[in-house]
Amino acid sequence: MQNSVYSVNGPVVKIKDTKDFAMLEMVYVGDKKLIGEVIGINDKFTTIQVYESTTGLKPGEPIIGSGSPMSATLGPGILSNIFDGIERPLRKLQESSGAFIAEGSVVSTLDEERQFDVTLKINTGDIVKGGDIYATCPETPLIEHKCMISPYLSGKIIWVAENGKYTINDKVAELETDDGTVIPLTLCQKWPIRQARPVKERLSINKLLVTGQRVIDTICPIAKGGTAAVPGGFGTGKTMTQHQLAKWCDADIIVYIGCGERGNEMTQVLEEFGELIDPKSGKHLTDRTVLIANTSNMPVAAREASIYTGITLAEYYRDMGYHIAIMADSTSRWAEALREISGRLEEMPAEEGFPAYLPSRLSEFYERAGYMKTLNDNEGSVTIIGAVSPQGSDFSEPVTQNTKRFVRCFLALDKSLAYSRHYPAINWITSYSEYIDDLKDFYAENVGIEFLEYRQKINNILVEENNLMEIVKLIGSDVLPDDQKLTIEIARVIRLGFLQQNAYHKDDTYVPLEKQFKMMETILLLQKEAKNAISKNIAISTIAETGLFEKVIKIKYNISNDNLSAFDELNSEIKNTIFSLYRA
Amino acid sequence: MGLQYIGLKEINGPLIVIDKAKDVSFDEIAEIHLDDGTIRNGRVVEVSGDKVVLQVFEGTKGISLTNTRTRMMGIPMEMPLSKEILGRVFSGSGRPIDGLGEIYCEKSMDINGKPLNPVSRTYPRNYIRTGISSIDCLTTLIRGQKLPIFSGSGLSHDKLAVQIVRQAEIAEEKGEEFAVVFAAMGVKNDVADYFRRSFEESGVLSRVAMFLNLSNDPIIERILTPRCALTAAEYLAYEKNMHILVILTDMTSYAEALREFSSSKGEIPGRKGYPGYLYSDFASLYERAGVIEGSTGSVTQIPILTMPNDDITHPVPDLTGYITEGQIVLDRNLDQMGVYPPISILPSLSRLMKDGIGEGYTRADHTVVSNQLFASYARVQDARALASVIGEDELSETDKSYMRFGTMFEKYFITQGIYENRTIDQTLDLGWELLSLLPVSELDRVSEELLSEKYNPENAKKFK
Repeated sequence: MQNSVYSVNGPVVKIKDTKDFAMLEMVYVGDKKLIGEVIGINDKFTTIQVYESTTGLKPGEPIIGSGSPMSATLGPGILSNIFDGIERPLRKLQESSGAFIAEGSVVSTLDEERQFDVTLKINTGDIVKGGDIYATCPETPLIEHKCMISPYLSGKIIWVAENGKYTINDKVAELETDDGTVIPLTLCQKWPIRQARPVKERLSINKLLVTGQRVIDTICPIAKGGTAAVPGGFGTGKTMTQHQLAKWCDADIIVYIGCGERGNEMTQVLEEFGELIDPKSGKHLTDRTVLIANTSNMPVAAREASIYTGITLAEYYRDMGYHIAIMADSTSRWAEALREISGRLEEMPAEEGFPAYLPSRLSEFYERAGYMKTLNDNEGSVTIIGAVSPQGSDFSEPVTQNTKRFVRCFLALDKSLAYSRHYPAINWITSYSEYIDDLKDFYAENVGIEFLEYRQKINNILVEENNLMEIVKLIGSDVLPDDQKLTIEIARVIRLGFLQQNAYHKDDTYVPLEKQFKMMETILLLQKEAKNAISKNIAISTIAETGLFEKVIKIKYNISNDNLSAFDELNSEIKNTIFSLYRA
Repeated sequence: MGLQYIGLKEINGPLIVIDKAKDVSFDEIAEIHLDDGTIRNGRVVEVSGDKVVLQVFEGTKGISLTNTRTRMMGIPMEMPLSKEILGRVFSGSGRPIDGLGEIYCEKSMDINGKPLNPVSRTYPRNYIRTGISSIDCLTTLIRGQKLPIFSGSGLSHDKLAVQIVRQAEIAEEKGEEFAVVFAAMGVKNDVADYFRRSFEESGVLSRVAMFLNLSNDPIIERILTPRCALTAAEYLAYEKNMHILVILTDMTSYAEALREFSSSKGEIPGRKGYPGYLYSDFASLYERAGVIEGSTGSVTQIPILTMPNDDITHPVPDLTGYITEGQIVLDRNLDQMGVYPPISILPSLSRLMKDGIGEGYTRADHTVVSNQLFASYARVQDARALASVIGEDELSETDKSYMRFGTMFEKYFITQGIYENRTIDQTLDLGWELLSLLPVSELDRVSEELLSEKYNPENAKKFK
């Protein structure tokens, strides 16, 4: 018996009296073959959420099951591509349906015509298991694609093709499983998006994700395989922060998920990344980037799926031994999509209308991050950096609060900093990172043994300033003693010269760790020398007149990233200038 | 000719239910013929088996279970379009109400639009000069942008919108066609009339298509109003290659209509009773701004919303701010001090300005001036807070100069006449002159070369 539509309410479609479908099975709805997913089954109704607009759908139109859950196609050709929430390539969609996305457009996920230069890594007679690499091919100038046996498959290789040029659907080998079934191996495979790909074991987290952003690398570092949340009201620079991280962080591959955000922002990412050159490899940034764009006006159900599609792609590359960073902008929109669908299903709402399973969905997502030993004994990691858009900039709302429970780095964006155009507007008092201790050895080996000590000193000055500002707000700064005035002055140097970073300045947009270290060193030296002078009864105003404070503020512009020896000159200038004050 | 259904099963607020319907599709439109000869229009919002739920645009007043015949039209709601819509006045559901007859239709388009493929967008870069200093310099409006005005009841947002329409001038390529689509949702009769008169006085009426849903018109029609207006705008921009400025006022009334409609459908409410999909619904309107590849036209949106109780964290301004590319916030204090336009600089922002200003667009020093003005004006607020505690006399010299800068900035830069149209050069030079009120050491965002060229305390002497 053919199954047919019984009722339509926005993206929710119901079928009456059927037992043909499984939970989370992908289905094709109606004459236009809209893509949908089964989200609820009982003896009366099977409920489907449709990933496209249901305008024009009628009761009685057919529904066809696909027999498998909602899956992503994994294979070469993913990188430098841009997909919608259910992995349809947007450039292909543009060719087939023009500037506006039509419903029921069926295009293949990956380019089926493109030929890859494949090198086979196995021989006939080899015994292989899930995760083993059987072929490789250069996918972009930066990344070599490794085709792996699907995780739950194992057996004996009975035929292998010659090295050469193949498309993704060409058979390159044959595998015989233990029960004698022969399975052809092509360059691509499918994986259900809601299921985490298996790994051998989870390793401890101890490597820094270098971002070149001072306030992040130094004050609130993110570790490779870690999780971070970037909450902030509108206009505080969430997207800007995500863009900076995507451009400069030292992950091998970036998966950028534009989930329910602005269309123009995705266009900007497309344009900018196309022009930018990766400083480490000298290749285009797009060569290591995948974009998933489900903008706010695209169907809401696909927005819910986009997060899972993104992380599945990331896990696939992680299994090859790469380090991936996922930017999810923004997880609040995803939570709202959950709420919207939950409302249509008439589920009992919890806080602010969000479904009661919001925390478990959030934790499922964030727990897919990690630094892993893969099935083929490589090491790879997935780092998740999720933006959160709290309603009314109120961090006590459910999405921010629940996210806070599942991430270990919290980069709180602050409206008042953004209003005074202090970017990145990361509030150094309310933000935190739990990775500091895990990264101790990393800093010591890669930058300097004193790195964390300096960091702590800088932090102390900022906290002290915060307390002093309470007094200053009441009675003005004039009445403070000189040593406290110095703290405020040094804190100003830290805020303007160190924490503030100009994303549009050629040197300041990315700052290597060594320079960050040297900058801290110079600021602390200035503090030490000035303190010394004050103890010898030199007025703070006299020290300020030397212009040293302003000079140190401008080091971020005046000392270029490849000329770190200039710091030594500056340091001796600071020493000599201040010394000459009290010697005179 | 479709089937006609006699009678109804249920009436609830603006919704009617028909039983035993056949072959009805989701979102299609219907005509409801009443026994007294009038015709109302409706749209399918839910189909379940043979039961159909329709929303009636004109409301259900006077409808009974027996006095109607409903005809299903078999198509989603479409709007007839041609270039003739300019200069015409339409109802909220897109029917001409100026007595000049029907539109001779060149093309019909679905008013819901379709999502724009992000790949097909062109990143907006060209600025629109409004002649208003605080907008041009600090929150520059870019062609293809959606930049809302966050206002409150009684503030001069209408005046500001009219001034923008009157003075808006597209940079560079003159001779390109420019038109305005104006959608009024739930506004008072007087306000609609004020807009009409102002457009007429400034001679732009023939370039304006107006969609009016006044505050006493049915709320269902209010939900359609922005959709009709944006469909018209998209048609003019992408098919006729015109630059379209869309003014949507007032989005708060629109959201309230949506809330009313949602609660009559019995949906689970989100924050403050607004439906959980308010964000997606707003996005389906705001995202219809932009520039697309292969067309020289553009759709720029200026939605106006009144913040209930001047609360920027209310769901309507809050969700709007998350979708739009910045916002212009009006401030009641400034308004009471007689500052027009009362634009509150610090919370106002234009996200697209960074790529649409500077060399080649406005002037090379634009970015620096606007950053420095923002930063300095933020310091003014600190100085004022301090002065209110310890008294102005006790302030340090630097803080005093900030106090002075703040007053002069509001008096000479933000304030301008309703007919005053400043060029970008005038605006930026004025910015430099005002910055010269501050000690040179305070201008930490300006490079040495620019300082020596532009900073001159002599210029600041004229501000009194």
